[in-house]
Amino acid sequence: MGALSHITVCDLSGQLAGAGATRYLAAMGARVIRVEDPVRQGRWDIVRGSPPYKDDRRGIELGGGFNNHNVEKLGITLNLRVDAGRRLFRHLIGISDVVTENFAAGVMTRLGFGYDELCAINPNIIYASNSGFGHTGPYSEFKTFGPVVQAVCGLTFGVGAPDAAPAGWGFSYMDHMGANIMAIAILAALAQRHRTGQGQWVDISCTEAGLGLTGPDLLDYTVNQRPLRRPGMPDSNHSDQPPMAPHGIYPTTEPDRWVAIACRDDLDWVAFGDICAEGWTQQARFATTSGRVANQAELDELVAAWTSTRNRDEMASALLAGGVPASPVTLSEDRIEHDSDNSSWGLFPVVHHPVIGDVRVDGLPAHFSETDWRIERGAPLLGQDNHHVYCDLLGLSEEELALLQEEGVC
Amino acid sequence: MTGSLEGVRVLELASIWGAWAAKVLGDLGADVIVVEPPGGHVSRTYGPFVDDQPHPDRSLWWWYYNTSKRGVALALGTVHGQQEFRRLANDADIVIEGEIPGALAQLGLDHQTMRQSRPELIWTSITSHGQNSPRSAMPWTDLTLSAASGLAWLNGYDDHSLPPMRGRGNQTLQICGTHAAMATLTALVHRDITGVGQHVDVSAFAACNITTESGTFVWLVAGQTVQRQTGRHAAVDPTMEVQVQSADGRYVTTGFLAQDAADFQALLEWMDELDLRQTFEEAFFLEIGIERGGINASRDWGDPEVMAILGAVRAALVHIAINVPALEFFEGAQERDLQVGIILSAGEAFENRHFQARGFPAEVTHDDLGRKFRYPGAPFKMSKTPWRISRRPPLVGEHTSEILGADPS
Repeated sequence: MGALSHITVCDLSGQLAGAGATRYLAAMGARVIRVEDPVRQGRWDIVRGSPPYKDDRRGIELGGGFNNHNVEKLGITLNLRVDAGRRLFRHLIGISDVVTENFAAGVMTRLGFGYDELCAINPNIIYASNSGFGHTGPYSEFKTFGPVVQAVCGLTFGVGAPDAAPAGWGFSYMDHMGANIMAIAILAALAQRHRTGQGQWVDISCTEAGLGLTGPDLLDYTVNQRPLRRPGMPDSNHSDQPPMAPHGIYPTTEPDRWVAIACRDDLDWVAFGDICAEGWTQQARFATTSGRVANQAELDELVAAWTSTRNRDEMASALLAGGVPASPVTLSEDRIEHDSDNSSWGLFPVVHHPVIGDVRVDGLPAHFSETDWRIERGAPLLGQDNHHVYCDLLGLSEEELALLQEEGVC
Repeated sequence: MTGSLEGVRVLELASIWGAWAAKVLGDLGADVIVVEPPGGHVSRTYGPFVDDQPHPDRSLWWWYYNTSKRGVALALGTVHGQQEFRRLANDADIVIEGEIPGALAQLGLDHQTMRQSRPELIWTSITSHGQNSPRSAMPWTDLTLSAASGLAWLNGYDDHSLPPMRGRGNQTLQICGTHAAMATLTALVHRDITGVGQHVDVSAFAACNITTESGTFVWLVAGQTVQRQTGRHAAVDPTMEVQVQSADGRYVTTGFLAQDAADFQALLEWMDELDLRQTFEEAFFLEIGIERGGINASRDWGDPEVMAILGAVRAALVHIAINVPALEFFEGAQERDLQVGIILSAGEAFENRHFQARGFPAEVTHDDLGRKFRYPGAPFKMSKTPWRISRRPPLVGEHTSEILGADPS
């Protein structure tokens, strides 16, 4: 039994911003029924069938990202353009606790399944919509994907060297975080429904979720009127608040292999000096945090000159053992194949996918003493669970299902 | 209206790891009590500060992570402090803490002891590397955790003589915070049905490791390593640039390139409106794209004509972007159904008309300072039990006597 085994989710969401939320619920035991369009073979979800691939085979069932984002879900096909499909969808909503989607705002209403219609079918339904800008406001119909969300909300601006073009996030950070915020919203609504019996509509705006994650910088603006767009910014490898120096990502002996070092205070600096043992670590101008921050440019050059003569991993281990926060900037292989914590955590479990075969996926970063997560089943094939859902759960006969499939409804 | 978690009592032992999760539960309506040492938690010494005046009650770091909480000062090293903490934990549905593994056991305040008599208690422990890792007793910062977990590797510039980049805003704390909140709420939903609580062990390192998108699954599936690029996804093979500096100096991102004939037409018409078409040399390829009825770039990748058309789409967006201010580019493109972005600072986004119209800024009264301040507001709109900052962050020990009784000695 999983923690959420009593919950059924009718899941129209996809990509990662939506699918990531229902993936979490599924790993915690919820029955997540992912609904895909048979006409377009589920291609609304751009990661379905997209790279990476495990081998030379290509096809709609072979997308590695799709498999990762949809583990432990049931998959059905259902054509919502036709009346018969909509009737079935109403049955499905009737047996669901939660309906999830991350279409552009307005799509569900045009399909005839806005919140009011969902309530008419199932009065206590929880409806979670997740879009770039939410369902109201002047930008509500604007279209987004991760990079646009993180650009608009300030997160992209906050990554980069001083006075340089934004480096931004090299991945869809806000797809992950939008999914997490969506999961929080659904769980809060479930907890609330347990207390009052009432469902509700939760409208998630990924850009607002992202703006809320930008940290104390935003309050520095609203309280102190200090904008982040100012000379010397964003300078994100340094630490202005709290002030720390040296604080940066420095080169090592190997090309494009880096080490991160952070001296939080003067004790860290003394410990750094013990390991580094260069004469300049004893200079009075570097003795205090304020002195090191004031002379940070020179300090960085000296630190970089020293780190570039050292092996990345040995240097990081020595510093950390000496009490100085330090770490290699790990590549995927370093942390996935050679990290003892990740392996003992079981962070990358193997799932079985009927077409791809056995492949590793993301696990979850919380272990539960009573109802731990389970990730064993790969993403569903198109319509893989049609029989189970339509016949076992919704009570259709095999003949009825066969006919509906023939007619292109399922 | 009341919050979703009305009636749920959360006891938080102040830590950098647990603060965000407890704040969210508070904003969702739970009664959150944060326990700090006398004088206040160390994060109150982190700036920036109100009016740049350092003071434990003026730390904007503390403010950001501690809305909708009441605050109690307790010395857990004393017998009295331990008794009071035990009493508070016994009144709580949920305990959230971020202590080094073993530290609370030495005081007799660990989850095993506390849950023995109250199996319904939910106890969430958040550490850098989990309860069983010796690394959880080592010092970590946002920078070193970003580096260790694979986040930093993904961000940076095409020029690889420049280092990988961390993001601002302590994102590792928000990442583990979202997972801690998800896990805690999951345990609560489970307890609602079964009456059984549990211990939840959250690892910030694990959380960041799985918040890396293709940085992880491209390796897991294909055994390949993605490489950082300016302003766009890290990739195995270099991809087209997307970032452009617009006429007002701000950057925009050209996003997903349009492939439909109607979008090509919209671009040409937009350039006509702006009087930019005669200076756009690749209009010809957009016209071909219209005649073809659009393109399918993923299917026909490498086809010279398709690549030329795709290049013209990008060139058209660049041509417009460098000739108009960033906001005009962003709104103009999106109103034409072209999926582009504008790179705003957080403050600029906060003042943007969309977020203002949605009521995103949340005004919070700080009675002690006689001022009102604007905070980031609801990350989602709940139709029946709205998210809400129910109170400003607590001053040091502000609610000690209110919660522990008049005489705390």
